[in-house]
Amino acid sequence: MTLAEVLSIIEGKPISADLDLSRKVSMACGADLMSDVLAFTHAGTLLMTGLTNPQVVRTAEMAGIVAIVFVRGKLPPPETIALAQDKDIPLLASKYTMYETCGRLYQTGLPSCGLFRLTADSWSEGSASSSNPPA
Amino acid sequence: MVINQQEEKATTTASPHPEVTKLRELVYELKIEQVMTQQVITVSPDDSMRHLKEVLRLNRISGAPVVHDGGLAGIISIEDLIRALEAGKIDVKVGEKMTTEVQTVFADESIIQAVNKFARLGFGRLPVVDRQGKLVGMLTQGDVVRGLLRQLEMEYHEEEIHHYRASHIFEDIVSDQTGLILRYKVKAQDFVRCGEAASKLKRALERLGAKPTAVRRVAIASYEAETNLVIHTTKGGELIAEIQPQKIRIVSVDSGPGIPDIEKALQPGYSTAPEWIREMGFGAGMGLNNIQTCADEMHLNSKVNVGTRLEIFINL
Repeated sequence: MTLAEVLSIIEGKPISADLDLSRKVSMACGADLMSDVLAFTHAGTLLMTGLTNPQVVRTAEMAGIVAIVFVRGKLPPPETIALAQDKDIPLLASKYTMYETCGRLYQTGLPSCGLFRLTADSWSEGSASSSNPPA
Repeated sequence: MVINQQEEKATTTASPHPEVTKLRELVYELKIEQVMTQQVITVSPDDSMRHLKEVLRLNRISGAPVVHDGGLAGIISIEDLIRALEAGKIDVKVGEKMTTEVQTVFADESIIQAVNKFARLGFGRLPVVDRQGKLVGMLTQGDVVRGLLRQLEMEYHEEEIHHYRASHIFEDIVSDQTGLILRYKVKAQDFVRCGEAASKLKRALERLGAKPTAVRRVAIASYEAETNLVIHTTKGGELIAEIQPQKIRIVSVDSGPGIPDIEKALQPGYSTAPEWIREMGFGAGMGLNNIQTCADEMHLNSKVNVGTRLEIFINL
């Protein structure tokens, strides 16, 4: 699913300037606990969170999160936006609650990162390009 | 072998996701203004066709845009000149013979727009105008090809440098055991900068060409270790990474306060982090567990009032 599709499903808005909406996410996760994000997500994940501090961006960088959606219409402070710009991680905003934002995406078939049968993390030289993420 | 088969498959069957080649990407990326000829030889509608003949001959060009009052009034080509010669009208004005409905491209468009126009119209050149309609350059198919080649060459060169700088280091520098040591100082309580050390280490490994999965494990483990230094230590500490060709060793050391009960600290969910840390999404008692999950080997030693030393190994 592209970020453009994500935005239309959650009726959201881009926060980052010059957002590349063609980037793809293959699964999603909703969390306010960054340690959980680090523990349970995989590369290629879209993160939904209610936290807006710069550490969310750091966490995303380390965990290979593709993009971050801030729920409940929260807007991150300038230092978070600046860091995201620097690390090239797109930021999006959703006016819906965590539950509804996740629900809208889940309904369209975007899998949870917990259930996603992992390709990216079991990368071995040959198998990487053969595995197709679920549509 | 597997990769070869896939490549073959990709070329023989029409894939729903066609591979985007570098050239295709560049055709969309490069702007017309980056490849066009900026110094344009123009004529005025009041010039004679005889004058045009000299302009074309002296400059070895086969056509020119016609500019009137700073705006693009038309375009005239060597074919128009030949027709005028045949009809014995070499002294009429350019304005009478020029084509006034001119196909143009905008300077800030991608060159794909120009490539499409060239293909559709069969023209040899297109005047380039800005959004106000002012003539700012000329574009030929040759300009497009030259621009693409120049860009490809530049990117190839960058890639060569980039490649050389890092990924060959372990082949170029030979010893019985080569290691690259990176040290990062981590300040206590400095949550704003927390994660910078892990971020730099991650980038270094990427530059060295490590596998993405291994990079991710190192990034997460070192980030958790760095976070622990920021949250729990009194005077901060140090993250030391020793990168070897096959594995990385990360050591986190600090000078206190130390962990009273290591077994408890290793229990998932056990945390001594203060409330303000929890509000930031950390301090859930998962840090050491996350590190353990990412590491192939982990050793934790601590003494109260002396300090803590965490050592992990991750195979690259």
